Amino acid sequence: MAIDQSKIRNFCIIAHIDHGKSTLADRIIEKTGTLTSREMQAQVLDNMELERERGITIKSQAVRIIYKAKDGEEYIFNLIDTPGHVDFNYEVSRSLAACDGAILVVDAAQGVEAQTLANVYLALDHDLDVFPVINKIDLPSARPDEVAQEIEDVIGIEAMDAPRISAKTGLNIEEVLEQIVTKIPAPTGDPKAPLKALIFDAVYDSYKGVIVFCRFKEGTVRVGTKIKMMATGAEALVTEVGYFGAGQFIPCDEMSAGMVGYIAASIKNVRDTRIGDTVTEVDNPCAEALPGYKKVNPMVYCGVYPADSAKYPDLRDALEKLQINDASLHYEPETSMALGFGFRCGFLGLLHLEIIQERLEREFDLDLVTTAPGVVYKVHKTNGEVIELTNPSNLPDPSEIEYMEEPFVAAEIMVTSEYVGAIMKLCQERRGIYVSMEYIEETRAVIKYDLPLNEIIYDFFDALKSRSRGYASFDYELKGYVRSELVKLDILINRETVDALSFIVFKDSAYERGRRLCERLKEEIPRHLFEIPIQASVGGKVIARETVKAMRKDVLAKCYGGDISRKRKLLEKQKEGKKRMRQIGNVEIPQEAFMSVLKLDEE
Amino acid sequence: MGKKNLELYIHIPFCVKKCGYCDFLSFTCDERTQQDYVKALIREINYYGPMMKDYEVSTVFVGGGTPSWLLEESMQDIFTALFGNFDIRSDAEITMECNPGTLTARKLLVYRNCKINRLSIGLQSANDDELKILGRIHTYDQFLKTYEMARVAGFSNINVDLMSGLPYQTTEKFVHSLKKVISLKPEHISVYSLMIEKGTPFYDEYKFDAVKQEAGMPTEVLPTEDENYRIYKETQYRLKQAGYEQYEISNYAHKGKACRHNIGYWTRESYLGMGLGASSLIENVRFENRKDLYEYMDASWDGTNLRSSADPVSRKAQMEEYMFLGLRMSQGISRADFEKCFGVAIEAIYRDVLEELKEEELLYMQEGRIALTDKGMDLSNYAMSKFLF
Repeated sequence: MAIDQSKIRNFCIIAHIDHGKSTLADRIIEKTGTLTSREMQAQVLDNMELERERGITIKSQAVRIIYKAKDGEEYIFNLIDTPGHVDFNYEVSRSLAACDGAILVVDAAQGVEAQTLANVYLALDHDLDVFPVINKIDLPSARPDEVAQEIEDVIGIEAMDAPRISAKTGLNIEEVLEQIVTKIPAPTGDPKAPLKALIFDAVYDSYKGVIVFCRFKEGTVRVGTKIKMMATGAEALVTEVGYFGAGQFIPCDEMSAGMVGYIAASIKNVRDTRIGDTVTEVDNPCAEALPGYKKVNPMVYCGVYPADSAKYPDLRDALEKLQINDASLHYEPETSMALGFGFRCGFLGLLHLEIIQERLEREFDLDLVTTAPGVVYKVHKTNGEVIELTNPSNLPDPSEIEYMEEPFVAAEIMVTSEYVGAIMKLCQERRGIYVSMEYIEETRAVIKYDLPLNEIIYDFFDALKSRSRGYASFDYELKGYVRSELVKLDILINRETVDALSFIVFKDSAYERGRRLCERLKEEIPRHLFEIPIQASVGGKVIARETVKAMRKDVLAKCYGGDISRKRKLLEKQKEGKKRMRQIGNVEIPQEAFMSVLKLDEE
Repeated sequence: MGKKNLELYIHIPFCVKKCGYCDFLSFTCDERTQQDYVKALIREINYYGPMMKDYEVSTVFVGGGTPSWLLEESMQDIFTALFGNFDIRSDAEITMECNPGTLTARKLLVYRNCKINRLSIGLQSANDDELKILGRIHTYDQFLKTYEMARVAGFSNINVDLMSGLPYQTTEKFVHSLKKVISLKPEHISVYSLMIEKGTPFYDEYKFDAVKQEAGMPTEVLPTEDENYRIYKETQYRLKQAGYEQYEISNYAHKGKACRHNIGYWTRESYLGMGLGASSLIENVRFENRKDLYEYMDASWDGTNLRSSADPVSRKAQMEEYMFLGLRMSQGISRADFEKCFGVAIEAIYRDVLEELKEEELLYMQEGRIALTDKGMDLSNYAMSKFLF
C-alpha cells in the first residue's frame, strides 16, 4: 500500500536543555493517541534508564504518529527527539539530516538561550524549515510576548503567530499539531528511483543483528532486497523493514522515499555499519552517496579500564557496540602500569564521557576505572617533530621538548546581569582571556572569553551553574592551539609513581592542584597496616605531601547469640571492598581514587 | 555409647524498654503476650526434644531481650520442659541473662531451683550519665543491689557486661567503670565496643560520627578511633592485672570460668536455638526460626513450620567459619583439629593467607596452634576477612 508523500511530515524538536522538549514530545504522542494513557509514562522517548534519571535526552529517538488534521486528512508524523546538551550537538545534527523541518521550543520565562541559537543554526545548516513554539506559559514568570519578540530579534525567524503552549498541562497542543501540517514541508524523492537512504542511527539487537535507522531519500526497500552500505561496501539481504512505534519497532511491507524507518538485515559485524553512510541496492545502485556527516574530533580523552582485568574483552565488545550508535566515541587500546589493559577513549566533552561511562556500566554490566580526562596537547620536540599527546604517560623527556601547545576554546556565556561579576571572576580563575561583553537586553549579557580547554573539561559547567544559581548558559567551540607553559604532575603513593594518576597541568597551577589532589587521595585511600605517604611531584621534585595514617583498630566485638550471618556479611563486605581496589605496590587503591582528580575544583 | 554434644539457646525477646543502641530481636510487650509466648516456646521445646535423643546437652543459655523480666513461674515452666525433654548433663553450664531492676530475691531462688548456675548481668557502664545516654532503665546502685542479691542467693559464676566507646567517653571515664566492676570480683567480664547499627535511634543520632570514627578522623561525640584503641588496650591491661585471662576478643574470665556456651559457638559445636528468631547449627546445617511473633506462635502448634530457613553449610563455608570464629579466641585453632574436621592440612587451603598474616605480624603459630597476635586482635576484621574464599 503506497503512502502519499504529501501526507508525511518528518520533523524534530530542538530546544535549549530544560525548555521542555521531551515533555512536548510526550504531549504530541499522547494527543494523537499513539499510546493509551495506560502505556504513557513521562518522557516516553527518553527510554534509556539514564535519561529518565538525569532528565536529559542523550540519544535521538524516533516515533511515528498518525494525526487527523482539521482539513480532514490523515497525516503521518515522524517525530525525532534530540538531545539538548552541547556535548551532543553531533547527535542533534545526525537527527536533523533525517528531517524536513523542526519545532523550536523556547521557554516563556527564560527566553532564548545559548543552545537555542546553536540548535537553530544547526537546523538552518541542514536546510530545515523551523517554526517556534513558546512553552511553559503556565509559569508565573512567563513573558510570552517578550520572548516572541526576542526570537524575532535574536534569531530572526517569524514568531508572532508561534503557538503559546504549556506542554506540561497540554494547553494549545492542537495548535502545534496544525502548524506541523502547515509549516513543515512534505518530503520529496522518487520511490521508483534507485535506493538511497541515509543511516542516522543504529542499535545492536542480539536477535536481529545491527538495526539501522534510515531516512529514505529515494527508492523503495522491502524484505528480500539486497542492500549495500556504500562506504563500508558490506552487502546484506533485508530481513525486516519497519517504522518506529513509541519504544518499539513495528515491521511493515516496505519503506520508500520520504519515510523514516529501520532496516534489519542480519548484520552481525558492527563495523559494517557506519552512521552517515548511504544504503543502496546491490542490483540497482544509486549514482553517488549522500554527503553523510562531518567527522567529529574528540575534545577530551581519558583512560577507561575494567575494574576486573579479566573483563577486558567484555569492555572491548561493549565499546564496539556503543560506537555503532555513537560514532563520536573514539577508542584505542592502551596499557597502564597501575591499571593493566584498557582503552584510551575520546569524547566530545565531559558529560559525554560521563554518559558513556555510565552506559558501559549499566548496559553492559561493567565495573570501570577511569583516569583523569585530558585534552590533546601538541608537543613540539627539539628535533622538529610534533606529537599530539592524548595520554600524559607518553610525554617525552623534558630535555626533548622545545615547547608545548594547548587547545583554547572561544566560549560564549549568556548570563543575567547580576551574575556577570561572578562569572567573569570564574573565567579569570580558569586562565580565561577576556574578549567582549554585550548586553542583548537590559538584564542579560553575553560574555565572550577565550579559555584553555583543559580548564573547562572538569567541572566548569557545574561551577558556572552554581555561581550563577543556574542562570548562566554556556557554549564553546574550538579556537585553536596556543603555546603554553605546561608540566606533567605525577602522583607517588608509598613512593611509587602511579601512571594512571598523572596529568598535564599549567605550570603555575601545579602546586595548588597537586596539594588538593593529595588531600583528596588521603580521603579516598583506606588505611593500611602501615603509614602511606602520598606525594605530588613535578619533574622529580616533590611539591605536596599527605600521609594516610596506619590503621589501629578494626574489631567487631559483638556476639549475636549464635547468629553468625551478620559477622559473615561484615567480613564479606570487607573482602568485597578489596575487590574494587587496585593493588599498586603493596597499597590497595579504590577505583574512586582514580576519579578524584576530577573533583579537585569543588569548593 | 557416647552421645553427641549439643548446646541449647533459648530466646526471650522482651524488654521493659528498648535501649537506643540495641538492634537485637527484642521489644516491649504486655504480660498476657509474654505468657502466650512462653506457651509457644514450651510447645517448641516439646517438639524438638524427642528428635534430639542422640544428643547430650552441655550448656544452656537463656538470652534476650531481658529473660529476667519474665514471671518466675514462666521461667520455672520453661526449665521443667527443658529438663523433661533433653538429656542435660549434671555438670552443664546454665546461664541466664538478666538486667538490673528486673530481679527479685524470689526470682533468684526460682532460678537456683531451675539449676541455673551462671548469671550474665547487663551493666554496660558504672557511670549513671552514660547509663542514661544508653537508655538503660537502671542506675549503678540498682546494679549493685542486684549483684549482691545474686551473691547472697548463691550464684558463684557471674558475668558483668560492659560497653566501651560510648558517646562522650574518655579512657579515664571508662577506666572508672572498669575499676568499679573489677572491685566486685565477678568471675567473668565482657567488654563490647559500642556498634552504631542501622535501624536504631543511635544510628540516626550518631551515624555521621560513626563514619568519621571508622575513617580515623576527628569525631564530635563518639570517641575517636585512637581513643577507642587506648580504651581497648587499657581494658586488656587492667583486667590482666586483676587476674582475668582474655580468652576472646571481648571476653575475660578467671581461670576455668570462660563461658563454655560461647566457646561452643566459636568451635562450631552443634546448637539448637529455640524461641523467636533463634539460630541453630546442627550437623552443619544452619537454621533460623521465624522472626514474626505471631507467625512464630501460630507455627508452634504443629512445629513443622517454625523455621524460616535451613541452609546447609558448604565445605568451603565450613572452613571459613572455622577460621573466623576460631581465631576470635586467644588460643586460636588447632592444626590437628582442622585436619581432623576437613581431612586436609590447613596449609593446603590457607598457606598464602597464613604466610601473609604472619608476615604482617597479625598471626602466630606455636605448638600446633594458630592464633592472632595482640595486633591481630586489634585488627581482627581485617585478618579474618582474609580467610573468606
